[in-house]
This record gives sequence, structure tokens and C-alpha cells, in this order.
Amino acid sequence: MEFVRDLFVNIGAWFSGWLGGFLPAWAVTLIMGLIGVIILVVIGLSSVLVLTLGERKVIGRIQDRPGPNRWGPFGIFQPVADGIKMLTKEDIVPRGADYWMHLLAPIIIIVPALLIYAVLPFGAGVRGTDLNIGILYIVALGSIGTVAILMAGWSSNNKYALLGAFRVVAQLISYEIPMVLSIVAVVLLSGSMSMVKIVESQTVPYIVAMPMVFLVYLVSAFAELYRAPFDMIEADSELVAGYFTEYSGMKFVMFFMAEYINLMAMSAIITTLFLGGWRFLGVERLLPLLSPFIFFAKCGAMIFLFWWVRGTFPRIRIDHLLALAWKFLVPLALVNLMIVGLVDKLVEGALLTGVVLLVANIVEVVIVLAILSLVGHKTRSKRLQRITARPR
Amino acid sequence: MLKTETITLNLGPQHPSTHGVFRLKLQLDGEAVRDLEPVMGYLHRGIEKLSEERTYVQVVPLTDRLDYVCSMTNNQAYAIAVEKMAGIEVPERAEYIRVIMAEFTRIINHLMAVGFLWNELGAYFTPVVYCFRERERVLDLFEMTCGSRMMCNYMRPGGVSVDLPEGFIPQAKKLNDHLKTFVDELDRLLSENEIFLSRAVNVGVLPADVAINASITGPMLRASGVLYDIRKVDHYSIYDRFDFEVPTCEHGDVWDRYYQHILEMYQSVRIIDQALDGIPQGEVMNKAAAKATRRPPEGEAYGRIESPKGELSFYVVSDGSGNPYRLRIRPPSMINLSALKEMCQGHKIQDIVIILGSVNLTMADLDR
Repeated sequence: MEFVRDLFVNIGAWFSGWLGGFLPAWAVTLIMGLIGVIILVVIGLSSVLVLTLGERKVIGRIQDRPGPNRWGPFGIFQPVADGIKMLTKEDIVPRGADYWMHLLAPIIIIVPALLIYAVLPFGAGVRGTDLNIGILYIVALGSIGTVAILMAGWSSNNKYALLGAFRVVAQLISYEIPMVLSIVAVVLLSGSMSMVKIVESQTVPYIVAMPMVFLVYLVSAFAELYRAPFDMIEADSELVAGYFTEYSGMKFVMFFMAEYINLMAMSAIITTLFLGGWRFLGVERLLPLLSPFIFFAKCGAMIFLFWWVRGTFPRIRIDHLLALAWKFLVPLALVNLMIVGLVDKLVEGALLTGVVLLVANIVEVVIVLAILSLVGHKTRSKRLQRITARPR
Repeated sequence: MLKTETITLNLGPQHPSTHGVFRLKLQLDGEAVRDLEPVMGYLHRGIEKLSEERTYVQVVPLTDRLDYVCSMTNNQAYAIAVEKMAGIEVPERAEYIRVIMAEFTRIINHLMAVGFLWNELGAYFTPVVYCFRERERVLDLFEMTCGSRMMCNYMRPGGVSVDLPEGFIPQAKKLNDHLKTFVDELDRLLSENEIFLSRAVNVGVLPADVAINASITGPMLRASGVLYDIRKVDHYSIYDRFDFEVPTCEHGDVWDRYYQHILEMYQSVRIIDQALDGIPQGEVMNKAAAKATRRPPEGEAYGRIESPKGELSFYVVSDGSGNPYRLRIRPPSMINLSALKEMCQGHKIQDIVIILGSVNLTMADLDR
């Protein structure tokens, strides 16, 4: 019973102990490392299967229709069908394209996305590794994807793909600043950059303690994942072709998969930083076996939020998008950082800090809304008056 | 100084957002549009020429396929033109039925306009599906009456082709009540959306004088502030007996054109209510019409209606034989499109797409 109580950690310990019986220490480390890598890559790639189907079903239900239901009960073999389709497509390289860059771009976009899984804490003791600069490692990997997109746009020998790539890179770079500033606020409060320590320091989940920081991070996350409402690059009603226009077959699948792997990774990061990771009212201490399930349940809630917003909102224009990042989110994130820093230094005790931060955040929301309504466009309020005067 | 060039970009005939086959040649300066040239004619089928070979009644199915979204009102415009030319009266009950069908057509056209505008905006087809769910209910009514959902072939010169079936009026009343709440729900769901407001307010402004000069009619004209509705101006059919308002909006941008469609849907629901309550018994086709349209006397007539897209009118010339000598159709979509360049000055590509969506085109109507 003791064994089952903390199942995943105990299985790992038992297995490496068994291997140590007949192998030298370096071999044991190597094999355990390889098994860990395989498990993490499997989690990453199979998340694509689950997420593509889940998204289509959920968005279908939002639109009052069932979603894919032809292949298998509830359409569960639909990703298999999609995969077979993608594998059998012809691989076209445009004439005049830079062949090696064209080949490397999809690889460079998917590898960092998978590398993020190495530091995500899936449960109590269930993780790839616990780097003490965990969150910095994740931010760095997120930036590598940007380079891959530029490479893809450049190597396609298509000026519209290049323009599309420029727009995406502008979007990604602009939204990294508020994202990183929000992460700094979290790191300030938890005292460490290690993902495991961030979860352990959340006696009060940071979404309750500092909802404004969470909201800034959430908006930046939508933009980093280039999902609705920031998805103008994959808009089929926009003119400028996306950076992946000239890709077909497996290379296109790599871009497509990278988007979903990033979605899962970003939800996991939000769960770790703001929702309390694998913790849930002390249950994880009673029964550490449950901690990965708690983690994935919270991840699932975040992923559902991403799907929900995609099925609901229209798209934002590129200039509004950049204005939102630089003129609204960056100052807001800096103000949040100041508030968190002040409260952290002035108030002692975790619970009291949480309460004071929550109050400070609410005050901040009120002030921001007041400023917006003063500065905001007068024409818009006239339209809203028009709406309230509509015939019944 | 930097030497800059404009790029020529082709929003080609096949494209998810051109509402049919429509080509737009854009001159772009970075993101902003400097010049645009529409190329039309990809859907030209020669309806006007084809009608010269057919009898007056055989032309009615051709008019269905003009603006396939609102086939009933196309029929109505043609029927009014031929009735004027041949001097045919329409019985009471037929007039009431025509009004009910025309207003339902207005509702389905506006639902489609709102839905597809939101598709251009990128709301991933969700508003389209909601609007089309209600549209299917109206199309069920049409199928019940004339056997076909879209190509109705229902309003003929002299009346309508068949009488309403048994369960039509109760079902129509139920649907109308449901539509009242649905239009309200759509309004509350979509109109105040912050992203929509930021993308549509002050985008694609069409000033009232430019609209009048360009002969624009319909919701686009009324959204620019000009109170002109042919139902009130010409007093055609029996619209005088119904109590309804003609809404206008002030600014003439994309948001106003969208909101104009919503406001007109509220009014259409009112008219249908009154028509369903007041419909009399009687015959639905003038017995003398068949003889009168077989060989009408020489003459010409111009019949126009307020179709959901604007003023749709037919100019029919008869030379005494059984076929129209000339049938000229004034397509509202084409005339409404003529102000595209003025509306799009200085906007970005993403705005062009939604301005095109807000004009509510149907290429079949434009090219005939």
C-alpha cells in the first residue's frame, strides 16, 4: 500500500535499483535518462493527438454541431486518419528556396517545444529534472521558436511568406516582454526560479493572490501561441500568406504539431506558475499518486479555456495587437511588478501577503478601468448608447 | 529619401472571403491600400439574354438564381414589373403572402450578412452557424410552401403559384416569436464585443453624399444616415397597411452597416407579425394573369422593390410577342460595390476584407 501511495516515484526508484544490481552506475543513469526522455517525448507528441481531436470536438459543440465523429466512437481515430493523410503527402521544396534552411526550420521549431517538457513538474517527484533556473530555461527555449519562424519565412522564396513571418515575429517578440515581467513577479514572490520550488511556495495559488499578473500572462500566452484572438497568421481570410505556405507533408506537420505541443506546454507552465501545480488542498500529501492527475486536470481546464476563446472571439488587427502589447500590457506588467515587490517586502507571512496582494490587485483593476474609461474612445461609448436604445 | 514602391497584390477569384468569385487588384504601400481595382464577371451567366428566349412565366426560375440568397424577393421584383406592364391585378391573399415571404427573405439575408461579416472578422464560423441554424428554420417554411428551399420560383406575375399549406401559419407564428428572441440574443452577443468595436468603428466610412452620388441603396445607404426605403417611398404591394419604422444609423462605417442589418431584422419581425394576423382568405392567383402574360401588349415597365440588399429593379420591354424583348436587371450588389474604392482609402488589408464583408454582396447578383 505504501508502494502504491507514491506510485510513480516508487516505480522509478525500484527500476533503477534493479538495474543497479547488474549494471555500473553510469549505465543506470544513462538508461534512466533515456527512459525519461522517451516518456516525456511521448507525452509531448501524444498531447498533439488528444488536443487536435479535443479542440475540434469542443469548438464543434460551441457551434452546435458534434465535431468529428466518423472515425471511431466519438471520433477518437480522427487524429490517426489525419496523421496518415499528412504522411502520404508529397514533400515539395520550392525552386530557389534555401534547401538546408527549408529543412532545418521545422526541426528547430519542434525541438525546443519538446525540450520544455524536461522541467515541467507533472507531480510530486514526477518530473524530468529540477533545474534551479527552470523558468529561465523555459523562457529561453520559447525564444528559439521565433528564429525558426524567420527561417521558414526566408527560405520559402516567397515575399508574402516573408512578410507573414515578419508579422509573426513582431507579435511573438512584443508579447515576450509582458510575459517575462509577469514571470518575474512570480519568481519574486516564490523566491526561486525552480519550477518545483514555485509550486511548493504556493500555499495560496498565485492566481488568487495576484490575478492581474495572471491576466497579463494569460493574454501574452494567447499571443505567444498565436491562437485566437491573435491568430491572424493562420487566418484563411487574410491575404498575406503564412510563413508555412510553402511547406507540405511532414514538414508542415512539424509546424502544426509544434503549435499544439506549445499549447500543452504553456498550459502546464500556467498551471505551475499560477494555479498551484500539482497541489490541491493538501490531497497531494495524503496521496502523492494523485498529483499528476491533479496537474493534468488543471492543465485541461486551461486548455479548455484556450479552445473556448478560439471558438468565441474575432481576430485582432496587427496594429491593435502591437499597440496592446507595448502601450497597455508592458506598463501594466511593470506596475504589477512594483506592487508585488512592495508588498513582498513590507508584509510578513505567506497568507497575509496573499490577502494584501489580492486587495492591491483589486484596487489596481479599479484604477485601470477608470483610466481606460477616461482615455478611451468617445465614439465607442456613443455606439454603446445606440445599442441600449434599441427597439424591443 | 527612401525610394518606396507599391506592391500589387491580387485578392484572387478563389479566396475564402470574396463572397463568390470576385477578383480585387490591390496596390499596397506596406500594409495600407493605395488603390484597388475590382474585376468582376466570373459568374456571368447571361440571364438577361436567356430571358429573351423564354416566355414571361419561364423567366421566373431564372430570376431565382440572380441573388440566390433572396430568391423570393427577386421573383417579387420581376412579378411587379410584368404586372405593371401587362396591367394585372394581384389578389389580396397573394399580396399578404408576398409580404410574409419577402420579410422572411429579408431576415434570412440579414442573418447571412451578419454571420459572414463575423466570419471575415475571424470569429471562426461560430456566428455563421448560429445564424444558419435559424435560417434553416425559415428555409423549412419555404420548402413547405413551394417545394424548394432556395430556388423558390414562387411569386409569379399575377399572384403566387400555390396557396399556403395547412400548417404554415401556426408554424410561421411560432418561428416569428422565436426569431424575436433570437435577434435580440444575437444583438446582445455580438454588438458590444470589444474586439469588434475596435475593428469596425470608423473603418470603411461611407459618407452620405458619396453614397447618394454612387446610387447606393438598401441597408448600406441607410447606415450612412439617408432615410430612403422603397417600401415607404413607392408604397408598392400592401406595405402601407403595416406599421413599421425604417431605422438609420449615422456614421456609415462597418459597425453601422452591421447594426443596420440587426435593426432591420427587428422591423421585419414586426411586419410578419401583423401580416400573419391579418391574412384574409381568397384566391392566390389572378385567373386572367395567364392569358395576359401569354402575349402582353407592346410596352415597357420598370418595377422596383426594396430587396434585402438594396433596390432591385427590372425594366421589361415587350414587343407584343410572348417573350420579353429586353429584360434589364439593376443589380443592387454591383451598384453598392461601386463605392469600394472610396471606402477603402488608407485602410489596411485586414480592413479591406471586412469592408467587403459589410457590403453584403452576392456575386450571382452582381454578375447576373
